[in-house]
Amino acid sequence: MPPRELIVAGLRVGYGERTIIDGLELRIPPGGITCIVGPNACGKSTLLRSMSRLLHPKAGQVLLDGRDIHRMQPKALAKILGLLPQNPIAPEGITVADLVGRGRQPHQGLFARWSKDDDAAVAEALEVTNTVELADRPVDELSGGQRQRVWIAMALAQGTETLLLDEPTTFLDVSHQLDVLDLLTDLNRQRGTTVVMVLHDLNLAARYSDHLIALRDGSIRAQGKPEDILTAQVVHEVFGLQCQVIADPSTLKPLILPAGRHHMLEHAGA
Amino acid sequence: MNTSISGTATQPGVQAATIVRQERAALIQRLRGARNQRSKQRRIIIAVLSLLVLAMIVLSLCLGQTNYSPAQVWQVIQGHKVPGASFTVGTLRLPRTAIALIAGLSFGLAGASFQTLLRNPLASPDVIGISTGASAAAAFAIVILSLSGTVVSVFAIVAGLLIATLIYLLAYKGGAAGTRLILVGIGVAAMLESLISWVLTQAGQWDLQEATRWLTGSLNGSSWGETMPALIALCVLGPVLLSQTRHLDSLQMGDDTAAALGTRVERTRILVIMAAVGLISFATAATGPIAFVAFLSGPIASRIIGARGSKLIPAGLIGALLVLVADFAGQYLLGTRFPVGVITGVLGAPYLVYLIIRTNRAGGSL
Repeated sequence: MPPRELIVAGLRVGYGERTIIDGLELRIPPGGITCIVGPNACGKSTLLRSMSRLLHPKAGQVLLDGRDIHRMQPKALAKILGLLPQNPIAPEGITVADLVGRGRQPHQGLFARWSKDDDAAVAEALEVTNTVELADRPVDELSGGQRQRVWIAMALAQGTETLLLDEPTTFLDVSHQLDVLDLLTDLNRQRGTTVVMVLHDLNLAARYSDHLIALRDGSIRAQGKPEDILTAQVVHEVFGLQCQVIADPSTLKPLILPAGRHHMLEHAGA
Repeated sequence: MNTSISGTATQPGVQAATIVRQERAALIQRLRGARNQRSKQRRIIIAVLSLLVLAMIVLSLCLGQTNYSPAQVWQVIQGHKVPGASFTVGTLRLPRTAIALIAGLSFGLAGASFQTLLRNPLASPDVIGISTGASAAAAFAIVILSLSGTVVSVFAIVAGLLIATLIYLLAYKGGAAGTRLILVGIGVAAMLESLISWVLTQAGQWDLQEATRWLTGSLNGSSWGETMPALIALCVLGPVLLSQTRHLDSLQMGDDTAAALGTRVERTRILVIMAAVGLISFATAATGPIAFVAFLSGPIASRIIGARGSKLIPAGLIGALLVLVADFAGQYLLGTRFPVGVITGVLGAPYLVYLIIRTNRAGGSL
């Protein structure tokens, strides 16, 4: 089955009177990893939230597989589009296996009916995220990195072909950030899951995305392959940051070296 | 195709694939075992609670100033004439026990629903003024307007819904209104309590029993006329709440996560609030706001049920148990007769204080 295509058409969205995004057009490449970057309050979370139906657009559409997601049955949508929000709350005392099992909700009826499929999906999600050993532990007791893997496992158990994540690496130290991004890359490469995420760290976004979207003031300033679009000029335009962009010696992906007011050498041209 | 991403899966060879498949099967078995065990424990807990409730019902019907055997009580229930027992059991104890059961279930269910929905044990309808609103309206209807029966219940439920809306509107400031909602609710509750006090001063002849009914709740003078509306409300609104169990569970993970899992967040919230306010209001119209039953049932139920599924049904049973035990103790065990709400109040107030101290220590804001 080909991965489903996510398209944003003429999107206008905001909170109350305030419009954050107006007239945004976007096509997420199916089967790829797309990262959305931009300065604080540029509308990146707003965009992700309206692509996952958490925010109703004032105008325009979000189409998944040709269907307007804001007109679909919530349960039907939850079977094909997954979302991991920024601050999910683990219910008190819940075990890892139970939390991951919550991801099966869209596949179950009014009253809890566990099927073989549910068991298999939970087992697979635990294996893939390397959390099998944690299955019986209460989520409260886990470290930040472990917890994030468990939440991703829950989103996986949902069994969607498209997965949206809102800053999945916040609050994690560097090695766990890489862990999570490697895991998402595994998912993308081995299952063909379309991954769309908002990321804070520009360098990690440049390394891990097939498609990079740079957002400022609610509109797209640049998008494409990181190596094609990330230039010092674009970074300055989007983030208001002076920098040098070089090729990362270990990945050949663009690497941003930000300039500040201090510590710079005379000849360093930013 | 093998979809596992673990290291072994990428090794070529039939043998590795077989091992992975066996590991998967063992894991599935383990998960299923843990799940089955939890749901078995859950069923046992619910069965034990139900038995305790049943035992208290039998006790309340049989024991009192005069004791009757279960056989005599059964004869009365079947409609036979039993000298003495027909009046004491049939007219006094039966409606009293019935309303204790109905009110307890209603308070427990509604309280736990509110606490789950608002993710805060303080957000119980008897702490945030909804019970007080229903109570004030019922007292007003009875004392000032000289109404009785179903009309009083209608007054109570309309007031309950109005107060719930009022608190919501006062606390609303672009969503995320948890703590504000509780503080506003406590303020509104205080105002309504003074309204009840005023209503009581207007009553021509009112005794302490009648006053405590509307201030802390009492089962004295219960009759079938007051019981029926509450029973019907429980039969209609109870299932509505229980049908939302799954969605309430997913709302515990935050609105966004719940929505991502296909829960209609707003619809669930409105449905649960309406049903819970309805349950509280109908029960309150019959018994007054039996102090802290709604507030205590949920936390006790979570203690007992832990992570073994939803706490709604256990909370309802705990509520019934609290009311039945407190009423029995208030009538017979303490020398003087106390109304049920005084007993539950004595139990609930320290817990309220404890909860506030604990949240303060944890550095939280309520």
